[in-house]
Amino acid sequence: MTRRTITRRDLLKTSAVLGAGFAAPMIFTRGAMAYTNEPKGATVTFGFNVPQTGAYADEGADELRAYQLAVKHINGEGDGGMLATFSSKALKGNGVNGKKVAYVTGDTQTKSDAARASAKRMIEKDGAVMITGGSSSGVAIAVQGLCQEAGVIFMAGLTHSNDTTGKDKRANGFRHFFNTEMSGAALAPVLKNAFGTDRVAYHLTADYTWGWSQEGSIKKYTEQLGWKTAAAVRTPLGAGDFSQYITPVLNSGADVLVLNHYGKDMVNSLTQAVQFGLRDKQVNGKDFAIVVPLYSRLMAQGAGENVKGIFGSTNWHWSLQDEGSKAFVKSFGKEYGFPPSQAAHTCYCQAILYADACQRAGTFMPSEVGKALEGFKFDGLGNGPTEYRAADHQCFKDVLVVKGKEKPTSKFDVLEVVEVTPRSQVEYPAEMLGGELGPFNNGTA
Amino acid sequence: MIEKHSRRGDLLLLLGFALVVAFAPTIFEPIGGGYPDLLQKFAIYGIFAVGFNILFGLTGYLSFGHAAFLGVGSYTAVWSFKLLTMNVLPALVLATVMGGLFALFIGFIALRRSGIYFSILTLAFAQMSYNLAYSVLTPITNGETGLQLTHGDPRVLDALFGVQHGDGLPSTDLFGMSMSGWSGYYFCGVVLFAMFYVSLRIFRSPFGMMLRAVKSNQNRMNYTGINTRPYTLAAFVISGMYAGLAGGLMAVTDPLAGAERMQWTASGEVVLMTILGGTGTLLGPVLGAGVIKYFENIFSAFNEATLMDVFSFLPETLQHGAVAITGLFVGEGWHLTLGALFMLIVIFLPGGLMEGVNRIKALFRGGLRRGEVRRPATMTG
Repeated sequence: MTRRTITRRDLLKTSAVLGAGFAAPMIFTRGAMAYTNEPKGATVTFGFNVPQTGAYADEGADELRAYQLAVKHINGEGDGGMLATFSSKALKGNGVNGKKVAYVTGDTQTKSDAARASAKRMIEKDGAVMITGGSSSGVAIAVQGLCQEAGVIFMAGLTHSNDTTGKDKRANGFRHFFNTEMSGAALAPVLKNAFGTDRVAYHLTADYTWGWSQEGSIKKYTEQLGWKTAAAVRTPLGAGDFSQYITPVLNSGADVLVLNHYGKDMVNSLTQAVQFGLRDKQVNGKDFAIVVPLYSRLMAQGAGENVKGIFGSTNWHWSLQDEGSKAFVKSFGKEYGFPPSQAAHTCYCQAILYADACQRAGTFMPSEVGKALEGFKFDGLGNGPTEYRAADHQCFKDVLVVKGKEKPTSKFDVLEVVEVTPRSQVEYPAEMLGGELGPFNNGTA
Repeated sequence: MIEKHSRRGDLLLLLGFALVVAFAPTIFEPIGGGYPDLLQKFAIYGIFAVGFNILFGLTGYLSFGHAAFLGVGSYTAVWSFKLLTMNVLPALVLATVMGGLFALFIGFIALRRSGIYFSILTLAFAQMSYNLAYSVLTPITNGETGLQLTHGDPRVLDALFGVQHGDGLPSTDLFGMSMSGWSGYYFCGVVLFAMFYVSLRIFRSPFGMMLRAVKSNQNRMNYTGINTRPYTLAAFVISGMYAGLAGGLMAVTDPLAGAERMQWTASGEVVLMTILGGTGTLLGPVLGAGVIKYFENIFSAFNEATLMDVFSFLPETLQHGAVAITGLFVGEGWHLTLGALFMLIVIFLPGGLMEGVNRIKALFRGGLRRGEVRRPATMTG
């Protein structure tokens, strides 16, 4: 058999053709833009990147509803929602900077890779000028890094880890949601009143940036009260069955279980902890207690009966009686038939805040929009007076401490607000969490 | 079953491949795939699958842990960006070498068994790597968050040669050429072409013949006094290096490495790509990789509004019905569509997409043959 091979010369010829092909796509490079995806037509595109599958899918679905509602309100459809109560009156209900808002959506799958691929598609293919969303701090940090590189603004959705605006903060990234440091500071006094200063805590922690962050903050503040920490056990994200982690709690000598879980994980771990009879136990002569530092109405609903009397903190709750919250709940309820979650609220606010900043800046250029957001003080978005701190792009506002309601009046009425911790009590110096913002990136495109 | 291959046929194949790679942005534009990130993924997963095919397609050893090498390649590349330089060449070389070393270690142990036991061993190793990366080795891998560049990384080589990166985060480059966007795609495309060429040479070499012999009857090989282990190990290491290179390229186009890249689902994905495209064929794995990545990125992004547009020609009630039904298969339901497609292909085209291509070719040839006698392929060119 004669074996024919390809000679070097043949390969060179082929490569030459390949090289010729290189020149071709330069035709596709679009006309010069002042910044990445500068909108040239009659619309401007926002990218909504939310988890549609995985442990945080419920939150993701609610976020998407809120974004769609926000787009309607910005474009002047519907009843205008919180635009009417928002202290800044720049948005007139005719789009942003004279352009109607369009949007594209993507599934983060609560995985960094998938989330970045989805965000890249929105930026490179769909021409999104801003990416927002996410329901996991790991994803938020990954996408925030991407947006910084690509030169678009990232408006973080539900992300509670300190790192998002701490050690992993980026100039192009902004967060409206609160963080674990604030949760710890707000929860500690309430826990002290309810359970005293002589307690032993056992942590079950979701094994990723948010879980570690929350475990650290809660430990820090409860140990300041005089509590001890028996153990802190890491559980994989989306574990489903937590029984193997809950059994050892009983023999650890701990009398408080802190669940640093969120979404479906929290629903499962809390339900299983209650089924194991933890709350009926007496340890060290005290009633055994469970604390869920980050609460959401969606989770409380999922866990049903089991949340009664359990303390936690939340960014916002639909039963708040200020004008902004009432307007938002009414508008969301009319559209979808049920009240919004805190995830929906923070995402709605982020979309409105971004649009407002663009309008005030008169452009979509990230550096100008960023400057319009930095140090921006506003009110009427449901959290009382709020400020986007310039030093770390983190919003500062009052924090709600909530408790599972003993006598719910409807299936949505599962949490009651125990205390509104004022902003001054939860504020910390920006340098405390490390990281550096770096300069704004407008991209080169 | 060994087909004859003409030199001209191979050359045409390479030429066609090069043309597709070069003009991919134009070719994929009409179906919504002509943007750099997706084409980079086509190329990178193409390399991954081509390498996997050298092992699975030629020797028949089904590895269920190839994602581990992909992950190792990514982590190595990102560390190279952090510690050495933002230039991509050292990163890719190191990623390939590390992928190879890992494959040598795992292959040395796993190849003591064959068949299902081999698959399970590789799966176990990959899952171990994943769990290590996810939590135990957090200082090296940064756990679930993934390894990212920071402004304060040392980058000793860049410092040595006085390369400045400005105030922002540095981006990967090839001697000043940025590795994101279109230039990033062309770089991946050139690497894919080179790797495809290497794979072609392996397929046509005596070594490739040996690997095929292992697949057809390993016992007989052993009885004739040939020790097959070095051959299978070599194939395993080569495909591990391909995977490491692919992982390195992923970090080149997007400098982040996450543990989920090593999860067993990622290992399963490359098996799907290879089977979907055609096991043991040259082009098949690249095709399969393209189809799967296309579904993952484009189908998953169709939302209700897009569907409403598509069906806007229908009367309103029909439109809502059509959207409700098709909505199940796009957006979150893209896995469903992919599953159905996979079933159809495995049932009707067991040889994958390439079998479909060959059947169509045969149809045309059949038409020709009636008229004239076709010259044997080896005589042409």
